[in-house]
Amino acid sequence: MQGSAYAREEALCIEFDVRAGDVEHGGMASSQIKAALKQFGLSEPVARRAGIIAFEGEMNLIVYSDSGGTIRVCVDSEYIEITVQDFGPGIEDVDLALTPGYSTAPAWATDLGFGAGMGLHNMEKNADRFEIHSRLDEGTTISCWVKRRTDDSS
Amino acid sequence: MRLPELLKLTEGRLLVDAKEDVFMDRAYAADLLSDVLALTDEQTTLITGTTSPQVIRVAEILNIVAIIFVRGKQPSDAVLEYALRLGIPIITTKKAMFEICGLMYENGVKPCKDRPMPEKKPSV
Ligand SMILES: Nc1ncnc2c1ncn2[C@@H]1O[C@H](COP(=O)(O)OP(=O)(O)OP(=O)(O)O)[C@@H](O)[C@H]1O
Ligand SMILES: [Mg+2]
Repeated sequence: MQGSAYAREEALCIEFDVRAGDVEHGGMASSQIKAALKQFGLSEPVARRAGIIAFEGEMNLIVYSDSGGTIRVCVDSEYIEITVQDFGPGIEDVDLALTPGYSTAPAWATDLGFGAGMGLHNMEKNADRFEIHSRLDEGTTISCWVKRRTDDSS
Repeated sequence: MRLPELLKLTEGRLLVDAKEDVFMDRAYAADLLSDVLALTDEQTTLITGTTSPQVIRVAEILNIVAIIFVRGKQPSDAVLEYALRLGIPIITTKKAMFEICGLMYENGVKPCKDRPMPEKKPSV
C-alpha cells in the first residue's frame, strides 16, 4: 500500500486510499501511519493513539463504505489531525452509532473480529478533539486531533 | 512468565519465535478487535480465537508482546510472516480461552490495566 505525502500550509500530510471490502489490506494504512509518526519523532503513546484512531476509521471504510474512502493524517506544530472520509452510505443516527456496543456489522465482518460496536467510541476516546459529520446518501467525515505532547508521559 | 514456561503450561506450539527475550506479566483475552483496541495498557499479551489478518496489525499498533491463539486456531502464513518481521511471538494451543486464562492467571500473569485517557478539551 502506497500513501502520498505532501505539505499543507504549516503541516506535513500523508494520505491513503482505502477500498471498500478490502479485508486483506485492512489495517495496512494504519500501521504505516503509526510507523511514519514514530519516524517523525513522535512518542510511542501518541503514535499509538493516532494508530488506533486510524485503524478504527480504516476498518469502518472497509466494512461500511459504498466505494471506499480516504484517511489523511497531517502533523503541525501542536496536533496530529486524522481525517477519515467516505461518500456513502452515511449514518442515519450518529448518536446511536457512537453508543458503545451498537453495531450493524455484517456476518463476514464479525467473523474477522469486528462488530463490537466500539470503533467510533475508541476513536473518540483516543482523540483530544473529535468531530463527526454524516449525512445519509452523502457520506461520513470524521476528524480527530491528537496533541503531539501529552502531560501524561507514560 | 517466559515463552518456554507458557508452552509447557498450555501444551502449546510456537509458530513464530520472539526476536528478544519476552516476559509476559499481563494479558487480555478477546475475540473482538475493538475490545482489544479499547485497552490502553502497554506490553500486554493477547489471547484470542480470531485469526484474521487484522489481528497482527492490532498487535503492531498496541505493541502487543505475544499472541496466543486458542482452540487450535492458526493464522495464515502471511500473518505469521508479518509477525516474524515484527518480532511478535505466536503461540497456538488446543485448549480453549477460559482454560488458558485460568492457567496463566494461576501462574502469576495479571489482567492488563486500563489507564484513564487524558482529559478532553470541549469540542470546538
Ligand atoms: N463510515 C461509515 N459509514 C456508514 N456507517 C458507519 C460508518 N462507520 C460506522 N458506521 C455505523 O456505525 C456503527 C458503529 O460503528 P463502530 O465502528 O463504533 O462499531 P462497529 O464497526 O460496528 O464495530 P467495531 O468497530 O467495534 O468492530 C456501525 O456498525 C455502522 O452501522
Ligand atoms: Mg468499526
